[in-house]
Order: sequence, then structure tokens, then C-alpha cells
Amino acid sequence: MSILAAREDTEKSENSNSRDFLLLDAMLSKKEKKLIREIWERLTPVAEHIGSDALLRMFASYPGTKTYFAHLDISPGSTHLFNHGKKIVMAIAEGAHNISDLMSTLAPLQILHAYQLRIDPTNFKLFSHCMLVTLAVYLGDEFTAVAHAAMDKYLSAFAAVLAEKYR
Amino acid sequence: MVAWSEQERSIIANLFSNLDYEDVGAKALTRCLIVYPWTQRYFGGFGNLYNAEAIKMNPNIAAHGVKILHGLDRALKNMDNIKETYAELSVLHSEKLHVDPDNFKLLSDVLTIVIAAKLGTDFTPEVQATFQKFLAVVVSALGKQYQ
Repeated sequence: MSILAAREDTEKSENSNSRDFLLLDAMLSKKEKKLIREIWERLTPVAEHIGSDALLRMFASYPGTKTYFAHLDISPGSTHLFNHGKKIVMAIAEGAHNISDLMSTLAPLQILHAYQLRIDPTNFKLFSHCMLVTLAVYLGDEFTAVAHAAMDKYLSAFAAVLAEKYR
Repeated sequence: MVAWSEQERSIIANLFSNLDYEDVGAKALTRCLIVYPWTQRYFGGFGNLYNAEAIKMNPNIAAHGVKILHGLDRALKNMDNIKETYAELSVLHSEKLHVDPDNFKLLSDVLTIVIAAKLGTDFTPEVQATFQKFLAVVVSALGKQYQ
């Protein structure tokens, strides 16, 4: 992941942050950022449905992911599932609002995932794939190949930033 | 040998019996080349792949996508023997086509998404899980003869 490769030291400095922003900016064109932003703006009103759908898909295809949710009721339609799904989608949507600022937008979630949740980052890939499937299900033909490519890049970047403080 | 429940067999049979190969095959391969552009390395002789529009309109790619999708038929007909069924194709992909087996996973992910877009909510989490299991077995079989 080029973002992580660019960080030679782990100390926060304005310079290294702006270098990371530049890399993230380079990965996605203006057109792609607009596409991503618009898709998530459309989906925020149904965030709990999108989020819970993606989670259910992940639990069905990758049962190991359920181990992180032993403390919640993750059956279809449960309040826990809707709330959690909504939380995730809102964070992804917030990031999409201003992708160049992803590092600072996600700073609190980076801490949460690194020190508290400690979800193995492989799971981010599994969730991202299921989110792409959910987007295909809900958007149909509108989820064009170009939108898919952009979204895949964005979710990969999102996951990489989320795992950035792990070690 | 992989175990398949009656439910899983029925889901797979159903999915393929309603599949529009011409449409889905073409879409899956073109989407793979667009979403994962490095996969274009295997299609040098297929004509214009200059941008997404060109790839989508390329008849050679479309035809090849259909061919690849029909390649899944043999797994469908031999669900209890997928590994042996693909031995020959595995050798072909390794020795003749020199395709990195990682690409099989990329194409199968894209195929899942194309079918999801087509079936909408009928592509339930359970159908997705079963289909992905099926594809994973095929992908594994295709990579088996590489050495």
C-alpha cells in the first residue's frame, strides 16, 4: 500500500501528513472522488440498510468474522445490526465527503481500531468486498465498472488508513 | 473432496439455469480489465483496451468473457469432482497461458459483483456465500497443477 510505504517514520509531522494526502490524492482522480462522494451521499439516508446488508453478507460468506461480534445480536433485522451497520456506513460516507482529508477524519477511528478493537486487517478486505456486493445489489447497472474501480480504490485506502496505527 | 448440501446444490443449479452467459460473461471480463487494469497484460492481442469505453465495446473481450463463463459449466456438471475436472485447464493456464493464479480470484470477485448487480436482492447473503464457495473450489482447482 503506497500510503504506508511513504511513511518512513511513525512520528506525526505536518510534512509526512501532507505527503500521505498527496499519495491518496494521486490514487483517485477528481472524477472518481466525485463519483464516490455522490454515491455515499445517496446512500446515507439508508445507511442502516446498506451497512447491515454488507455485514450480513460478510457473516454468511466468512463465518470467522462473527467472532468480533459475540457481544451483539447480529441476526437479520436486529437493532444491534442496524445500529452497527449505520455506524460503519456513516464513517465511510464522512470519509468520502473529503477524501483528501481522510487521515484526519479517521484519526479517532484509527486509535479505536488499533488499541481497542484490534480487528485483524484481513477482515477489512472481506468487508470491503461485501460492501461492493451490497452496492451492486442496490445500485444495479448504476454501479458501473468505473464506479466499482473507484469505490474499490477508496475502500482499500480507507482500510489502510484505519490499520495505520496498528504497529 | 468438497461437501455440498442439497440446499447448496440447488442454489448453484438455479443460479446457472437462469444465467445469461452472453451478458454476464462479457460484463465480467470487461469489468475485471477495468477494475484491475494489470489483468490487461494477458490480452495484448485482443485489440483496443485503451480506456473503459474501448474495453466495454471490444467484441473480442466480450466473446472471451462468454467463453470463460462457460468454463464454469464443467464444475456445475461435476460438483463432486471439481479438482480432477479442471486438471487439464490448470495445466493450460500454467504452461501455455502463463496466468498468475491470483487473477482467478480477481475475476471471481468481479463475477460475483456482476451477478449481484443483475439479481439485486435475490442475490441474498446465502446465495452469495454458496456461489463464492463454488468459485473458490474452482479457483483452487485451476491453481492445482501449477509447479
